[in-house]
Amino acid sequence: MVLRLVERTAVLLVSLAVSSVLVFGFMAVLPGDPARVALGVNASDEAVAQLREQFGLDRSLATQYFDWLGGLLHADFGTSYVSKVAIGPQIFDRLQVTLWLVVVGMIVALVVAVPAGTVMAARHRKISGLALSAISQLGVAVPAFLAGILLIMLFAVKLGWLPANGWTPPASDPGMFLRQLILPALSLGLVQGAVLTRYVRSAVLDVLREDYLRTARAKGLRPFPALWRHGLRNAAVPVVTVLGLQLATLLIGAVVVERVFVIPGLGSLLLDGVSNRDLLLVQDVVMLLVVAVLVVNFLVDVLYVALDPRLRVGQR
Amino acid sequence: MNTYLTRAVALAGSAALLLVAACSAGSGTSSGPSTGANQSLAIGLVAEPASLDFTTTDGAAIPQALLTNVYEGLVKQDESGKIVPDLAKSWTVSADRKTYTFELVDNAKFTNGAAFTAADAVFSINRVKTAWTTSLKAAMDVVQDAKAVSPKQLQVTLSKPSNDWLFRMTTRIGAMFSQTGVDKLATDPVGTGPYKFGSWKRGDSIVLQRNDAYWGTKPFFNQVTLKYFKDPTALNNALLTGTINVIGTVQAPEALSQFTSNTKYQVIEGTTNGEVVLSFNNSRPVFKDVRVRQAIRSAIDHKALLDTCFAGRGKLIGSMVPPTDPWYEDLTQVAPYSKDKAKSLLAAAGATGKTLRLRLPTLPYATSCGQVVKSQLEQVGLKVQIDQLEFPAAWLTTVFKNADYDMSIIAHVEPRDLGAVFSPKYYTRYDDPTLQQDLAAADAGDEATQVTDMKKAARRISEEAAADWLFLLPNLVVADKNITGLPANAITESFDLSKLARS
Repeated sequence: MVLRLVERTAVLLVSLAVSSVLVFGFMAVLPGDPARVALGVNASDEAVAQLREQFGLDRSLATQYFDWLGGLLHADFGTSYVSKVAIGPQIFDRLQVTLWLVVVGMIVALVVAVPAGTVMAARHRKISGLALSAISQLGVAVPAFLAGILLIMLFAVKLGWLPANGWTPPASDPGMFLRQLILPALSLGLVQGAVLTRYVRSAVLDVLREDYLRTARAKGLRPFPALWRHGLRNAAVPVVTVLGLQLATLLIGAVVVERVFVIPGLGSLLLDGVSNRDLLLVQDVVMLLVVAVLVVNFLVDVLYVALDPRLRVGQR
Repeated sequence: MNTYLTRAVALAGSAALLLVAACSAGSGTSSGPSTGANQSLAIGLVAEPASLDFTTTDGAAIPQALLTNVYEGLVKQDESGKIVPDLAKSWTVSADRKTYTFELVDNAKFTNGAAFTAADAVFSINRVKTAWTTSLKAAMDVVQDAKAVSPKQLQVTLSKPSNDWLFRMTTRIGAMFSQTGVDKLATDPVGTGPYKFGSWKRGDSIVLQRNDAYWGTKPFFNQVTLKYFKDPTALNNALLTGTINVIGTVQAPEALSQFTSNTKYQVIEGTTNGEVVLSFNNSRPVFKDVRVRQAIRSAIDHKALLDTCFAGRGKLIGSMVPPTDPWYEDLTQVAPYSKDKAKSLLAAAGATGKTLRLRLPTLPYATSCGQVVKSQLEQVGLKVQIDQLEFPAAWLTTVFKNADYDMSIIAHVEPRDLGAVFSPKYYTRYDDPTLQQDLAAADAGDEATQVTDMKKAARRISEEAAADWLFLLPNLVVADKNITGLPANAITESFDLSKLARS
C-alpha cells in the first residue's frame, strides 16, 4: 500500500517535470513574436527589441525556464505581456467560472450515465435497453459545441426560455447565474454522460456475470436491489478510472463551450492569450491544466485502493 | 415497485423541478433595459481590448471603446469625413502652414476633477514622443514645439507643413490626457469625454457611465455596456434574445437575412475605411513587371467576388481611397474585368503558367475571398497556391515583417493609409519615387492642393496596379428598431456613443 503510494507519487513528480519542459518548449517554438503583436503593424525594430527586453525574452531559454518554474513554485505566475497585470489573480478569477462548468457538467454526466448505463446493462437484451443504447451512441457522436449550438437554437432563440449566452457570478444574481449555467452545463454534461454511459453499461454487464451476483439473486433479491447492494461498488472501479480521464476532456470541452456561450472562463482566457501571443499567460494556463489532469489521475489511482480492498493487502 | 427505483424517481423529479424553477426565475423581470430617464444600452462588439492603454498597446479595440467616448481630442472627424472642432473651439494655420494656433473650450474637465487646459494639451502632445511605444507615435514626429500661450490657447509648431498632422490629431494620437491622470492608463483611463470608464469584466464586457460633469451635450444613456463576442453566431443570438440592443459590426453578412426580415430590427449599411487589398509583393521579380500586376487586376471579376465572399455587401473601389475622403473618385474602370486582356498581358510578360503563393491570414473574409481569387486567376492561366497563416501572430511575422509571400489579402482599416501602405518599407515593398513626390506635395500644400495631389496619387497606384482592391468593407449595424443616432459610416477609430438614444 505505502509502496504503491510512493511509486505513484514518484510517477506524478516526474510527469510534472517533463510536462513543464514540454509546455515551455512549445511556447518557445510557436511562430509569432509577442512583442511585435503587442506593438502592432508599423512598429520599428528598435521598439520591438526594447519590448522584448522588457518582457525578458532576450534572456537565454534556460534562464527563462528556471525563472518561470521558480515563480510557479512560489505561486507567482508572472505579469501578462499584453494587459500588464498579474496573471495569478486573472487565472484564479477565470478558474472559478470554469470549475462551475466542469463540476456541474460532471454532475449532469453522472446523473445521466449511472442510471442509464445500469438500465442498459440490466436490460441489454430488451428493446428498452437497445433504444437507450442507440441514443447514447448518438450522444457520443455529437461534439459538445454542436450540442451547445443546438440547445441555444431550441431553448434560447426559438422558445426564449433561457438566455443564449453570457455569465453572471452566482453572488451578484443567483437566479440569472442558474439560468445562464443550464445550457452550457447540459452541453458539456450530456455529451460526457453519453460516453460515460457506455462504460457504466459494460462495467455493470461484467458484474452481472459474476458469481456473487447470482448468489445474491439466489438469496431472493430482485435484480436492481441485488445490483445496488453488491454490484455497483464493483462496477465503480473502471468507471472512476474513466471519470478521471474524462475530467481532461471536460476541461477541453469547456474551452470550446465557453466560446459558444460567451463565458469568461479559463478557456476564453487561453484562446485570447494564444491569439495575442501572451505567451507567459498561455504557458501558465496550460501548465495549470496539465497539473490538474495529472493530479486527478493520481487521485484516481489512490482512490482504487479505497474502493477495492483487494488492492490494499498482499502486495509482494 | 421497489424502494430503490422510487428513490431514483423522486431524485429525478426534484432535479426536474429545480430546472423548471431556474428557468422561470428570471422570466418575471424583463431582460430589456428599463424605461425612464436612467436608461442603459448594451452593444455587441467583436474584438475585446487587451489593455485599456492605447499608448503602449496596439489594436483597434481600445480606441473603438474609449476614443470620443472617454477621451477627446482637439479636433475630430464627423461622419462625412470633415475635420470639426472638439476640445478646440477653433484653430488657425499660419501662412507658412507650420504653426497651428488652437483656441480651447473653457469648461472642459477631466473625470479626475482637474480642469482641461493648454498645459494638458502640451503634456499630451509631448507625451506621444516620450512615453508612447506603439508605431502610431511617428505621426507626432513632425511636431517641433508645443506651447501654452495662455491656459486656453495652444500653439503647435511643425518642422514642415503637414496636412496629415491635423488629420492624425483626430485619431487616438490626438487624445488629450490629464497631467495628473496617466498613472493607471491600462486599467483606469481618465479623459474629458461624455462617458467615464466604469468597469471591465475581462473576457466579457466594459461598462461606461455617463459623465454628469461633461462640458458638452450630455448623452442620453446613463450606462452603456460594450459586450464582446468572439463568435459571430453568439453575437447574433445575443441580439435575437435581447441580451444586447445593437450589433456594432456584423462579421458574417450572410447571416443578415434573419434581421432584415424581422420588423423588430433595423439594419444600417454604410462605408468604412477598410479597403480589402489583394496585396502584391512588389520586390518579387514576377511583380516587377507592371503587365503581370495589371493582368491580375483585369482577371478578377470584382462584382462576382463580392457576391460570393461577402454576400454582395460592400463597395467596389478601384484604389486605396474610401468615398468619405475628400479626394475620392470612382476608379473602378481603370482595370475593368476582362479575361482576354489578362491572358494577353500575361502572355506578353511571359508569366503564363507561373505559380504564385497566396498567403492568407486566418480571417473569414480573407479565407473565402482567397478561394475566389484563386479560381479566377487560374482561369487566365496562373497557378495559385494558397496557405493560411494564423492571424495576427503568424501572419504579422511571415507576411508583414519578413515579406515572405507573393500575394496576400488583408483589410487595411487605418484611415488615409495610401502613403503608408504603398511605400518601399512596407510589406508591399512598393518603390515608386513619383508616388512619393505626389504624396509629399499633398502633405505640404493647402487644402485644394492636397485634394488634387492625392487624386493623382490614387490614380497612379491604380494605373500602376500596385495592388488590387477587392472591395471596401461595409459598415453593417443591426439594432433594435427604436435606437437612434447610430452613424451609418464607420470612418473614425471610435464607436461614437454620444448621439445614441432610444425613441
